[in-house]
Amino acid sequence: MGDNHYSDQPENESFAESRRNFLKNTSLLTAIAVTPGVVAKAAENDLGEKIASAFDKVPLKMEINGVKQQLSVEPRVTLLDLLREQLNLTGTKKGCDYGQCGACTVHVNGQRVLSCLSLAVMHEGQKITTIEGLTKGDQLHPMQEAFIKHDGFQCGYCTPGQIMSAIACIREGHAENEADIREFMSGNICRCGAYPNIVDAITEVKNNGQKL
Amino acid sequence: MIQFQYVRTSTPKAAVDAVSKTQNARFIAGGTNLVDLMKRNIMTPEKLVDINNIPLKGIEQQGNKIVIGALALNSQVADSKLVQEKLPLLSQSLNAGASAQIRNMATVGGNMMQRTRCNYFYDTAMPCNKREPGLGCGALEGFNRMHAIFGTSEKCIAVHPSDMCIALVALDATVVAAGPKGERRIPFAEFHRLPGDTPEKDNNLMENELITAIEIPDNAFTRNVHYLKIRDRASYAFAVISVAAALHIENNTIKDARLAMGGVSHKPWRLSEAEKALIGKPASEKTFRNAAEIAMQGAKAYKHNAFKLKLGPNTIVQALKNAAEPV
Repeated sequence: MGDNHYSDQPENESFAESRRNFLKNTSLLTAIAVTPGVVAKAAENDLGEKIASAFDKVPLKMEINGVKQQLSVEPRVTLLDLLREQLNLTGTKKGCDYGQCGACTVHVNGQRVLSCLSLAVMHEGQKITTIEGLTKGDQLHPMQEAFIKHDGFQCGYCTPGQIMSAIACIREGHAENEADIREFMSGNICRCGAYPNIVDAITEVKNNGQKL
Repeated sequence: MIQFQYVRTSTPKAAVDAVSKTQNARFIAGGTNLVDLMKRNIMTPEKLVDINNIPLKGIEQQGNKIVIGALALNSQVADSKLVQEKLPLLSQSLNAGASAQIRNMATVGGNMMQRTRCNYFYDTAMPCNKREPGLGCGALEGFNRMHAIFGTSEKCIAVHPSDMCIALVALDATVVAAGPKGERRIPFAEFHRLPGDTPEKDNNLMENELITAIEIPDNAFTRNVHYLKIRDRASYAFAVISVAAALHIENNTIKDARLAMGGVSHKPWRLSEAEKALIGKPASEKTFRNAAEIAMQGAKAYKHNAFKLKLGPNTIVQALKNAAEPV
């Protein structure tokens, strides 16, 4: 495809028309193949502006858990779906998929974010850490150890998100006391109700004072 | 989610140009509301213009005002030493909103542009004039416990969802926007709209305009401030009612006051008359109660939200008390 991924053409005249046709045929996988692609034309790229057509995949470079990845994604793919469906990193969980539960929490450049509300293409060149990236060989991360020690989970579904969030919570300086922890961990819902034990786990890791 | 074109831009002008070229194109920054709405087919832009590469993240003192770039993250603003020291009300309001993860994604400009969380707006099986003008308002005769009591219309009784904006309207902020015709400034109180006959328009931005910054003039509200948010659970929920209160007290006399409410109107609701009733008075419960009564004049409840007529003044009084005697 090469430059076909992008076109600097400001407008794809047939886009709206193509989309209508596409929508008529949403059940047909072949619809994408019959949709005319954007005419490729490389030029005047001084601002780095490039338009990806709706039906094109966009090349995307990311570093995920320390591994450089050269990927190709549709603009509408979320970071969560990229991790789970394309990279088989299924440790990051899809809970609500609408930014209400925190199960999909990952770190982007060291900051905790919700991967379900984030388009993958918006993370070009960034460093992503998921729950799979915390261990060193067989050695668990101190927060993982603490969750086990304090029974910080029951069914375990929210746990990857809880742990990613908990590490960031301490790093941010928002784990000074129990009230602080509860407030700054409120974006991670646990339907089993393991909250007291989660707070205990975070408190212990915080008090150990290790660099996370 | 429907498919869309995607373009990255690195200057306000390029972003405005890119969005101007396509009907139904949208800017995207944090995406925390837009991606959610796109997944639900409530918003279906044909093109997204990614503005994250535009250098608009600064938070700085410029002369007698603090200027915050539109792409500064909610968490960066809340944690900024400058903001905590000089605009503590803004910092408090930001930390009352959303979750730590969302605050790490959501930008100041995006926060201002977020849509209402009215259930009828979100449920595409229900009528909503904001989502699709002319369909009717499901909330008017429906489950309207969370809805507005000020400035409503027959077309829409939804409330504005932001916490940050309640503090910003109280602090007399100004919105800076770049558009096809250049840059302009909009007083914060005139940025968001009442629903009237056009509830589909949340604000007075012109077509293809991009918020580039907000400016907050220096003020004396550095100590006696409080953002009080009443919600259905202790954290991570939208406001049932919220109050931003800022007092400048000298010798127990209120020299100046700012008061605004959230969860009660289609726009951040500034309480100017109540402010006037505070100034020159002693910082006492009696003064606060009087101001709260004035603040509630003209409120109109619907079937399920009459409790707000009582919760509103009580929240105002408590916010003012907390502001007068910060912990």
